[in-house]
Amino acid sequence: MSDHAEHHIVPKRVYFLVFFALIVLTWVTTIVSTVDLGALNIYVALSIAIFKASLVVLFFMHVKYGTRLTKMIILCGLYWLLLLLFIAMADLWTRGWMGVPGR
Amino acid sequence: MASQTVPHHHADETLQHHFANPAQQKDASTIGMWVFLLTEIMFFGGLFLAYFAYRQAYPVAFASASNKTNLWIGATNTTVLICSSLTMALAVHAASMGKKKLLVMFLTLTLILGGVFLSVKGYEYHDKWVHHEVPGYHFDCEGCQDAGHTPLFFSLYFGMTGLHAMHMLIGFVILVVLIVQSKKGKYNEKWYTPIEMFGLYWHFVDIIWIFLFPLLYLIDRSGRGLS
Repeated sequence: MSDHAEHHIVPKRVYFLVFFALIVLTWVTTIVSTVDLGALNIYVALSIAIFKASLVVLFFMHVKYGTRLTKMIILCGLYWLLLLLFIAMADLWTRGWMGVPGR
Repeated sequence: MASQTVPHHHADETLQHHFANPAQQKDASTIGMWVFLLTEIMFFGGLFLAYFAYRQAYPVAFASASNKTNLWIGATNTTVLICSSLTMALAVHAASMGKKKLLVMFLTLTLILGGVFLSVKGYEYHDKWVHHEVPGYHFDCEGCQDAGHTPLFFSLYFGMTGLHAMHMLIGFVILVVLIVQSKKGKYNEKWYTPIEMFGLYWHFVDIIWIFLFPLLYLIDRSGRGLS
């Protein structure tokens, strides 16, 4: 199997569908933000953002039709970003969990 | 990568000699562009980390200060930027079909919509300036709780949106060059790699905004973080 990106032309219909979804999600997340969902507000907002970003990456940026190598490189980069965010935040989140002797 | 070793008898001036075929050349460009974009994601990632760390430390100040942003302007501007992403995607599509006039038109529309976005952003910056919400000597977060820590939010607000705006300005310069080149007929359906690579950059700028919008405008909107 050749793993080259074929000269794949995405039908315009796909772009318009993705565009429509992005616009709807933008206004859904805006309106939902004014409703008090308790601690859930941030998770809802970030989940919608991640979903929107995935649509852009997969369809507008053609990654869905790209090579496996491209996909692998992107996943490695995102993993690196998660390391940055989660290792640093894990420190801040857990500092209060255990008492410090002598303080 | 499995390389196809089909010899090319015709002279193809867009195929550089060190690539076996146009497909391999395009794969190399795509991977190179993505590696660049991933370094950009790490670049912005540091700012996102700073935001999360300080929000964790001063939740009340962040909730209070982020309510100073204008939700509806933010949502409208997000819509404008998504429209510019659509026109960019359609520009790449037009290029892949070899439709020169459409290509020039969609690139120009992308430039105009980007201009609208930055103009609205400029209006928001001006609004912040006249309301003394720019960190510095005249800073005054009126009615904010834990006001002493609110400059942190506004510093991150200006830092993150400013870096995003700078990326858009760089995008404008490249767009102008691409529009001129497209008019001159530099691109055709066989070779339009610069258009496609710039499309990746433009969509990346869109993605950064997709995350900035909820973090700066949305997540503390319900007023829960405030007492």
